[in-house]
Amino acid sequence: MAEFALPANSKIGKGTSWPVKSGGKNVRKFNIYRWNPDDGKTPQVDTYEVDLDECGPMVLDALIKIKNEVDQTLTFRRSCREGICGSCAMNIDGTNTLACTKFIDDVKDEVNIYPLPHMKVVKDLVPDLSNAYAQLASVEPWLKSKTPPPPDKERLQSPEDRRKLDGLYECILCFSCATSCPSYWWNSERYLGPAVLLQAYRWLVDSRDEATGERLDNLEDPFRLYRCHTIMNCSKTCPKGLNPAKAIAEIKKMMIARQG
Amino acid sequence: MTTENRPLSPHLQIYRWQWTMAYSILHRATGIALGVGTLLLVWWLVALATGPAAFESAQAVIGSFLGRLFLFGWTFALFYHLANGIRHLVWDTGHGFDLDVAQKTGHAVPIAAGALTLLTWILGYFAI
Repeated sequence: MAEFALPANSKIGKGTSWPVKSGGKNVRKFNIYRWNPDDGKTPQVDTYEVDLDECGPMVLDALIKIKNEVDQTLTFRRSCREGICGSCAMNIDGTNTLACTKFIDDVKDEVNIYPLPHMKVVKDLVPDLSNAYAQLASVEPWLKSKTPPPPDKERLQSPEDRRKLDGLYECILCFSCATSCPSYWWNSERYLGPAVLLQAYRWLVDSRDEATGERLDNLEDPFRLYRCHTIMNCSKTCPKGLNPAKAIAEIKKMMIARQG
Repeated sequence: MTTENRPLSPHLQIYRWQWTMAYSILHRATGIALGVGTLLLVWWLVALATGPAAFESAQAVIGSFLGRLFLFGWTFALFYHLANGIRHLVWDTGHGFDLDVAQKTGHAVPIAAGALTLLTWILGYFAI
């Protein structure tokens, strides 16, 4: 059931301020969600001032600068710093995106940074993605085929069939979309969410895959698929510009089509 | 490391409202309003079947200023739910998912619903 308020242990208190030391001219405030599993306190929002004249252009640059120069305890995931690994997905300025591809200048005033919404927090900006990964595994995101591959070459696909995967294969599984979805917030234990459903569709529409019926059987469920109410937050927030809402609509169409 | 008592990250509290998100929750809200409105309609019909006295008192409540205000709200709820329902039907065909299209059709729904509501009430007051 939908619980709109945060539980008592998740209420956000006032945090510490870390003013800029050198008195720079181009100072921006970063309000960052903090929670430490070891100090027994509830979460808080700390404010860090960063001189943008001495910082790279991306939100991730500011986070790394804060961690390096101001507060080493600040914890976040990051790896590729070029929008392909999906590690630094977080809620910046009210929507989910990748810290490494989000320009600081695209945020008007103070930069508010929270973990991906409605997730259990491991520490600071690091959410627990175990449930999301288990849901991904449940759609068996790999090629399933009974026909053996040709002995001397790979399984071929026509250019038209290959084009059906455009807009799907680019997903980096950052889960920005799933955690932007109110339906996923209220039903994440049963609804698969946009990221996983887009992956499911990626294999449903693959001309080489031969498990379409089996895959659709697995999704034919009031919650797993049909909790999508086309709220469109997923497509709006996707940092790769993909459209999970449309992919889900295509799965729903396949469900109808196979009923004949 | 503690895995128990992990806090839930904030969601509604911090997520920036999107137009499509607002139109979606309004669809749900107007649906609930219509459910309640149907009860009122049933009450009115039962009063009609019961007799002139019961009908008179029902009419007095529904015809009062407050009653009319609620009816106006229900008219809007009906047209909003209808127009957005059509939007959902188009979505079910796999069309209208481009972000700018989804936003524009979203804006069109309350505009259409408002216009149809006004038209209905103008007809109700002046044309009959």
